[in-house]
Amino acid sequence: MDCSTDWLNAPESTGTSIMAVEFNGGVVIGADSRSTTGAYIANRVSDKLTKVTDQIYCCRSGSAADTQAIADVVAYHLNFHAMELGEPPLVETGAAVFRELCYNYRDSLVAGILVAGWDRKKGGQVYSIPIGGMCVRQAVSIGGSGSSYVYGYVDANFKPGMDKEECVSFVIKTLSLAMARDGSSGGVVRVGIITPEGVERRVVLGTELPKFYEG
Amino acid sequence: MSSIGTGYDLSASQFSPDGRVFQVEYAVKALENSGTVIGLKGKDGVVFAIEKLVTSKLYEPGANRRIFTVDKHIGMAVCGLIADARQIVDIARREAANYRSQYGVRIPLKYLNDRVSMYMHAYTLYSAVRPYGCSVILSSYDCTDGPAMYLIDPSGVSYGYHGCAVGKAKQAAKTEIEKLKLTNMSTQELVKEAAKIIYLVHDELKDKNFELELSWVCADTNGNHERVPESVFTEAEKCAKQAMDAESDSDGEDM
Repeated sequence: MDCSTDWLNAPESTGTSIMAVEFNGGVVIGADSRSTTGAYIANRVSDKLTKVTDQIYCCRSGSAADTQAIADVVAYHLNFHAMELGEPPLVETGAAVFRELCYNYRDSLVAGILVAGWDRKKGGQVYSIPIGGMCVRQAVSIGGSGSSYVYGYVDANFKPGMDKEECVSFVIKTLSLAMARDGSSGGVVRVGIITPEGVERRVVLGTELPKFYEG
Repeated sequence: MSSIGTGYDLSASQFSPDGRVFQVEYAVKALENSGTVIGLKGKDGVVFAIEKLVTSKLYEPGANRRIFTVDKHIGMAVCGLIADARQIVDIARREAANYRSQYGVRIPLKYLNDRVSMYMHAYTLYSAVRPYGCSVILSSYDCTDGPAMYLIDPSGVSYGYHGCAVGKAKQAAKTEIEKLKLTNMSTQELVKEAAKIIYLVHDELKDKNFELELSWVCADTNGNHERVPESVFTEAEKCAKQAMDAESDSDGEDM
């Protein structure tokens, strides 16, 4: 097959950079906006921050089709559960439902998901569910193909107890670095801030991204 | 009973012309032969106290207990037919365990109460089954939501309570409970009051022997449901007996 047209048959995947950080009073989540089919950029402004409930979001990486389908199922499930409970479900519960699906269908799914949100019991929380269906809570978590380039940066620069704006700037810097190195990440940086008051969405355009050494 | 022989009391799936389901009402009667069970909800926990009637001296002490732990944080006290009640305990435990494995967190009591109520109600709908001859009280404590307590009837109806009583002497027990300022009381105080009430409402003439059972779920136990420790139990029982002696002395003076 002519390699210039292999994207026609390649699955669309979010070769991605995603990130989530807990802070006192909420969480900051972030993602790049590139969706690729092979080398072809299928969408340069995709939204990988997906709403599950009013105060639980997920950052999707892996197959776009798989993760969208999972997010839809979890959103349905948690919405039903919220009605049974008479209150919004806990983030921990949301993560458990994601994990159940990711684990049970681990052989047929390509999905690395960060579940993040705020609830009245434990405040801002981040749960990482990598391929295979493990589930672990982390104060800061990164995911997607771009994350490999910035583990060192995150380890060196994450400080427990950062406030909201410090976390936002940390997320933007980390994702910009990841997008610069990773060929399948790029576009704009989308940021979401989840607090008891609600969700604030921000976009950092490609021209506004912080610049680092590019030599 | 006036309705006997009217022909509408043989099945749980049939109404009487005045809109009642007699089988359910008979199930409620089953509770009146059972020892008194009370639940008290205070500011930092819930206490259960049970008058377990001992019908033979040949039984080992501690046999046929009526207080169960459904999940670490949830207690269940039962009144009525013990065999029926154990089945309810069993389904409650399964519900709690399933919730944990599905949702990764302990089951909220409100949710468990809905599920168990629904289950018991289902047994009032079909001609092939009879309603459960038992009432159950559910209790839990959560560090953010505080204490909670629900009572479920054989009909499947349930309410949340500050204080509740079922069994033989439920009227007398309710009168005693109403005298307490429950919302201001600690579990330590409630244990003593609960033991006192059980001793007070026990009818020595009709039922000679009984065993007191006490359990709590509160802040002090880290939100776990536990049988009260030996020392607390003996102290509460002593208090109850003293109160009874004081009562009978004052009764004597009046005469």
